[in-house]
Amino acid sequence: MNRTKGDEEEYWNSSKFKAFTFDDEDDELSQLKESKRAVNSLRDFVDDDDDDDLERVSWSGEPVGSISWSIRETAGNSGSTHEGREQLKSRNSFSSYAQLPKPTSTYSLSSFFRGRTRPGSFQSLSDALSDTPAKSYAPELGRPKGEYRDYSNDWSPSDTVRRLRKGKVCSLERFRSLQDKLQLLEEAVSMHDGNVITAVLIFLKRTLSKEILFRELEVRQVALRHLIHFLKEIGDQKLLLDLFRFLDRTEELALSHYREHLNIQDPDKRKEFLKTCVGLPFSAEDSAHIQDHYTLLERQIIIEANDRHLESAGQTEIFRKHPRKASILNMPLVTTLFYSCFYHYTEAEGTFSSPINLKKTFKIPDKQYVLTALAARAKLRAWNDVDALFTTKNWLGYTKKRAPIGFHRVVEILHKNNAPVQILQEYVNLVEDVDTKLNLATKFKCHDVVIDTYRDLKDRQQLLAYRSKVDKGSAEEEKIDALLSSSQIRWKN
Amino acid sequence: MAFPHRPDAPELPDFSMLKRLARDQLIYLLEQLPGKKDLFIEADLMSPLDRIANVSILKQHEVDKLYKVENKPALSSNEQLCFLVRPRIKNMRYIASLVNSDKLAGRTRKYKVIFSPQKFYACEMVLEEEGIYGDVSCDEWAFSLLPLDVDLLSMELPEFFRDYFLEGDQRWINTVAQALHLLSTLYGPFPNCYGIGRCAKMAYELWRNLEEEEDGETKGRRPEIGHIFLLDRDVDFVTALCSQVVYEGLVDDTFRIKCGSVDFGPEVTSSDKSLKVLLNAEDKVFNEIRNEHFSNVFGFLSQKARNLQAQYDRRRGMDIKQMKNFVSQELKGLKQEHRLLSLHIGACESIMKKKTKQDFQELIKTEHALLEGFNIRESTSYIEEHIDRQVSPIESLRLMCLLSITENGDARCSLDTHYGPEHLLTFSNLRRAGLLTEQAPGDTLTAVESKVSKLVTDKAAGKITDAFSSLAKRSNFRAISKKLNLIPRVDGEYDLKVPRDMAYVFSGAYVPLSCRIIEQVLERRSWQGLDEVVRLLNCSDFAFTDMTKEDKASSESLRLILVVFLGGCTFSEISALRFLGREKGKREFIFLTTAVTNSARLMEAMSEVKA
Repeated sequence: MNRTKGDEEEYWNSSKFKAFTFDDEDDELSQLKESKRAVNSLRDFVDDDDDDDLERVSWSGEPVGSISWSIRETAGNSGSTHEGREQLKSRNSFSSYAQLPKPTSTYSLSSFFRGRTRPGSFQSLSDALSDTPAKSYAPELGRPKGEYRDYSNDWSPSDTVRRLRKGKVCSLERFRSLQDKLQLLEEAVSMHDGNVITAVLIFLKRTLSKEILFRELEVRQVALRHLIHFLKEIGDQKLLLDLFRFLDRTEELALSHYREHLNIQDPDKRKEFLKTCVGLPFSAEDSAHIQDHYTLLERQIIIEANDRHLESAGQTEIFRKHPRKASILNMPLVTTLFYSCFYHYTEAEGTFSSPINLKKTFKIPDKQYVLTALAARAKLRAWNDVDALFTTKNWLGYTKKRAPIGFHRVVEILHKNNAPVQILQEYVNLVEDVDTKLNLATKFKCHDVVIDTYRDLKDRQQLLAYRSKVDKGSAEEEKIDALLSSSQIRWKN
Repeated sequence: MAFPHRPDAPELPDFSMLKRLARDQLIYLLEQLPGKKDLFIEADLMSPLDRIANVSILKQHEVDKLYKVENKPALSSNEQLCFLVRPRIKNMRYIASLVNSDKLAGRTRKYKVIFSPQKFYACEMVLEEEGIYGDVSCDEWAFSLLPLDVDLLSMELPEFFRDYFLEGDQRWINTVAQALHLLSTLYGPFPNCYGIGRCAKMAYELWRNLEEEEDGETKGRRPEIGHIFLLDRDVDFVTALCSQVVYEGLVDDTFRIKCGSVDFGPEVTSSDKSLKVLLNAEDKVFNEIRNEHFSNVFGFLSQKARNLQAQYDRRRGMDIKQMKNFVSQELKGLKQEHRLLSLHIGACESIMKKKTKQDFQELIKTEHALLEGFNIRESTSYIEEHIDRQVSPIESLRLMCLLSITENGDARCSLDTHYGPEHLLTFSNLRRAGLLTEQAPGDTLTAVESKVSKLVTDKAAGKITDAFSSLAKRSNFRAISKKLNLIPRVDGEYDLKVPRDMAYVFSGAYVPLSCRIIEQVLERRSWQGLDEVVRLLNCSDFAFTDMTKEDKASSESLRLILVVFLGGCTFSEISALRFLGREKGKREFIFLTTAVTNSARLMEAMSEVKA
């Protein structure tokens, strides 16, 4: 993160991890840099008055006069005084709109609505235009729908459905027999318009008992799905659950019930709600997750109360040095683990907040645990903890370094957390594959590792080439020179 | 492969008419509420509205102040309130609370709700239940086709995807049919129609009904667009799940193009402010690189920068008169180009930085392996590690879906642990939409199906099978890929500078399935010989063609093809078809999509948030 500009360029040019492989290898980026420089150098010449061809843009980057911009202005000023509003007006240059000429569109407004009866003032205009090629593009717009209410009672089901599709108000009350109602529904379904299907369903829901409604919908899947979606949208959870119960869709019933927890803000209430979800007929796998979800929130509530207290007391060093950014409530398990590795790493297994306890309770896999602990300890620059994480003793008491995630990953994570070169070097050296090791060492400037590896490979050419990449007069250069002039090594090239 | 204007290309219809039409309709509606009024606009409608109107137009029609519809009490003191909203229940509740609190305070105002693109009965029901039906007047603003570019129309309805493909709600089908009807009114009938997918078929049928009802309106008109092709998004999820590597797609994946424009942050503009930039054919620099594989973009931009430099350099050694000419004639163009060039160079740099950080190369390698179907174990462990490293939940979900569809099996890992337990709900959604497939598909379903069919009369039985077949969708990606030759055989290196097929949009590794289907059908002008593919796509009942015998279509119009993506299309697909149009017989594709989408949007649409 803190790399300097020069560093960054070097990193770019040397990085093996390019997003693409290009034909002419390293050239592309330098080409790009070059073009950027060229373009930037032109700026002096260009910048004198750019206003004429630039869109006028406000401080927020929205073009002035755009609707989104204007809304933000209203929002920002809505509480202000009258004077403020006046200012706003002039800034928006709304005051000047009165002088603006009306747009001279060839399609005048009225030309779109010709050919239908309407109040007189429009008529003459549209008549005058009737010879122009303008067509009536918006046939329905000329007459407000409300005026066309139709209380006629003799529309057939198919006519009724067609009228509904056009958005016309149309009474459904005359469909009283079950047979009529179902015929209406079938017509709606066969026309495919979901809006009409829902309209009929609203009517059926109101005029049929739910047992009858459910029974009929069970064999009409398209309509059934519309009803389910409708109930979800208007939030009729009770009827929705009844429906799932009736249909014997136990898993959907359980999920739908569980979903409600999203709307509960208070952590204790949410916890209590989750308790009611445990034991619902989820799939075996999901059941375990629901149980975990409950246990986790229960844990988080305890940890949160405790840590908030510790933090406000101001006696604990870790909380003083690294104030918490957010509450741990409702965070995912891995985030919780990270949190506990960060603030509670050394705690004994018996406490709720200890990482080991979390690992055991939630059966967190080793890999995941190591990755998370590593990230947390590296962030605190607790290199001893990092070291301990990978040290194992075998039965003879020898210590050995072992990483379930592979040392190349370890190095990357350490680098991301700005580990110093000495630390990085140690872990780069533990990477087994020589190519990967060289790659990482070069990428992260672990000069010693690179030099030693080339020495071990007896690769004089590469070593020579690397000499140009280290700083002039540095210890690394000296080291390379010493190696190159050494008579002890039998170079392979 | 930069493609300047092609003299042989058929001319595109003038879609700016749609903007004027929408604007005039809106003005008409605003005039229905005479006098000063405050306008409340739904957030999702703001950008589309910006494309067709501006504040001064609204002001001319007596809109006083503008507010965003959000869950806050309104501070407006105006006597007339107008709401411009999508037909959503939560908007109705918001309006109802506002009206009802006015009523309590003994205040009377005029309220008007303008639904765009149409109103739903469910919304009216809520207004009625809340006791404000009749207190508010309702209208519809049928603004459903926004031209984002010369060849791209968007309905700006991202919710179409979730509503139809997850919930099975067909509410937007009428909107699609209406939009198609409008197009045929404006640009003549479509002599050749093709389609695949359940929704495509329904939309087509409803559209046909509309045309029959309003018979005569399109009669006698010469068709401007010769072909129309409707396609459901669930016919091809794979393409939409892939990382994009053509420039426009990459910009969308990285910065999110919203309604045809993108917010470039300070890291791109190399200044301290963000800049909103319109990305379309009018941006000359962008237009030349938008369809290019990302690796070609650098070279192009460098060349452009050199040319620009040379042109500026010419001013040295000019005398006064020449200088005057230069300033009055060329300078403006050069400055414009300079501005665009530095923006796109900045964007490229920023993309490179981001992609390098996330090991894009490895990611792409894994995706290609999944598409080709080798090294499955390696890919699976890569994805697991991806999850372990907590890169991003959306990315991980995307990769799992890709694995699951290409391998035709459930690839569920321990995501809930990592990204919060709500993902339980997301998984259930992904499965229902067919983005995650079950390992043993059909079993439980067949049981339910047989139970149900016992209860059913013959007439309804067919419909149930329809409904179920979409639920029990089994992905046959591998077999389809073989049949349609989606993985090009590469001898040597695939030259991305001179692409030879549509696979270039995925670095030569994969021809987008959706585009291949379109190509094949257009070539045959029918589904003939594609029965097996159609069967594998589970679309046996939903692949159709309809040709009019009339011979009125000019050869010019027959070179224009309108492709309708129901549920969204990606920029990669657009680029691939633009390429196909150029390569094969000087055709031009026009796109109509419910929304422009990408893998992240698909995944986000499946996640569950609080109501």
